Amino acid sequence: MSFRPVLLLLVVLAFPGRAEAHLINTGFGPFYDGLMHLFVTPEDLLQVIALALLAGLRGPVVGRTVLFALPASWLFGSIAGLLLAAQLALPAASAVMAIVLGALVAADKRLRFDIIISITIAAGFVNGALNGMELARTGSGTLFVLGVATSVFVALALLAGQTASLRAMWARTTARVAGSWIAASGLFMLGWALRAT
Amino acid sequence: MNNLQWLETRVDKLRAVLQNGFPPLEKEGQGGFAGGCFRQVWAANTSPSIPLFLRGMSNVGRESTVSRPASCLGLCFILVLALPANVLAHSAGGEALGFFSGLAHPISGLDHVLAMVAVGLWGAQLGAPALWILPVTFPMVMAFGGMLGLMGVQLPGIEVCIALSAVALGLMVLREAQPNLLAAAFLVGFFAIFHGHAHGTELPQGANGMLYSIGFVIATGTLHAAGIAIGLVHRWPAGRLALRAAGALVSIAGVVFLWRAIA
Repeated sequence: MSFRPVLLLLVVLAFPGRAEAHLINTGFGPFYDGLMHLFVTPEDLLQVIALALLAGLRGPVVGRTVLFALPASWLFGSIAGLLLAAQLALPAASAVMAIVLGALVAADKRLRFDIIISITIAAGFVNGALNGMELARTGSGTLFVLGVATSVFVALALLAGQTASLRAMWARTTARVAGSWIAASGLFMLGWALRAT
Repeated sequence: MNNLQWLETRVDKLRAVLQNGFPPLEKEGQGGFAGGCFRQVWAANTSPSIPLFLRGMSNVGRESTVSRPASCLGLCFILVLALPANVLAHSAGGEALGFFSGLAHPISGLDHVLAMVAVGLWGAQLGAPALWILPVTFPMVMAFGGMLGLMGVQLPGIEVCIALSAVALGLMVLREAQPNLLAAAFLVGFFAIFHGHAHGTELPQGANGMLYSIGFVIATGTLHAAGIAIGLVHRWPAGRLALRAAGALVSIAGVVFLWRAIA
C-alpha cells in the first residue's frame, strides 16, 4: 500500500479554501497594526513619499527637520482626530495634497525653508486628523497612531536620506519624474473622489 | 493483512528508520511517494527546496531525468497551486486586482503602446531637457484627461485623436523634428488627454480605483522609459537611422489605426 493517496489527501485537506487575511490586523496588537497602516494605505503613502523626495532634494538640513516635523504633526493630528471623533470625510483632500506635493517635486521648486516646513506640518496634521477620526469610529487607540507615526518616521528617514545623497543629475531627475507620477496619480485620485461624490 | 497489522508494520518501519536511517533501495521506485520524499529530506538533512520542486514540475510525465521524489514534490506543488482559493487579503478589497489591472491597461492596446514609446524615442532624439520633460508631461496631462473622463466630461473623436497621436509622434521621430520645448510639450500633452480619457475610466468591477490609477501611471511611465532606453542608440549613425525607421513604422501603424477608427 502506498502513502501517495493519503499524503495527497492531507495536502488537499490542509489547504484553506478561504483565507481572510486582513493585512492591517497583524495580530501583534494596535502598535504593529499602526505600523502596517501606512504601507497598505496608498493615499497616505504617496504623500509621505512626495514629502520625502521634496525634503531630500532640498538637502540634509531640510530633510532632518522634515524627518521630525512630519511624524510629530501626524501624531498630533491623529490625537486631535481621535479626541474630536467627528464624522468628517474629505476624500479629495489626499488627492489634492498628492497633486500639490508631486508637482512641487517634479518642478524641483527651490522653496524657502519655512514654506516647506509649513507644508509638511499642514500635510501631516490633516492626514493625521483624518486617520484619527476614522480610528475613533473603529475604536482604535493611541498605540495605533503611535505606530502610524513611527512608520512615517521610518519611511521618511529611509527615502529622504537616500534622496539627499543623490548628486548625479540623472538621479535627481529620476526623483523629479517620480514626483510627476505622484501628481498624476493624485489627479486620477481626485477624479475618483469627485466621481464618488 | 488487516488494518491493525498494516499499521503495526508501518510503526515498526518508522521506528527502524528513526534509529538506523533509511536502508538502501534495492530497485528504482521502491518506497513509494512518501518514502521517496522523506528519503530526499533525510538525505539532504533539510527541507526540499523550491528549485527541487521546479525541477520536479518540469519533468512530470517524462522518463526519470530527475529523481522520483523531485517529480512527486513537483506534482504535489502543482496540485496545491491548482486548488481554487478564495483569498480576501484586505478588508477594503480589490487592491491587487486594481493595481495589476492598471499596470496592464496601457500595454493592452498597441496604439497606446506605440504612442507612448514614440514619446520616449522623440525625447531621446531631442536630448535634455526634453528627454525628461516630455515623459513627465505625458503622464500628468494623461491623468488630467482621465480625471475629465471620470467626472463625465465628454471629448469628441477620442479614437481618431489616439490614432493621430501615433501618426504625429511617429512623424516627429522620422523627421528628427526639433521644435522648441514648449511646442513639443504641447503636442505631447494634447494627445495625452485623449489617451487618459480613453483608458482612465475603464476600471474593472470590484477593483480599487486608486491602485488602478497608480498602476496605470507606473505602466505609462515605464513605456516612456523603454522608449528612452531604445532611443539611446541615437548617439550612433546607424542607431539614428534605426530610430527614424522606427518612427516611420509607428506612423504607418498610426495610419492603420486611423483608418480603423474612421471606417
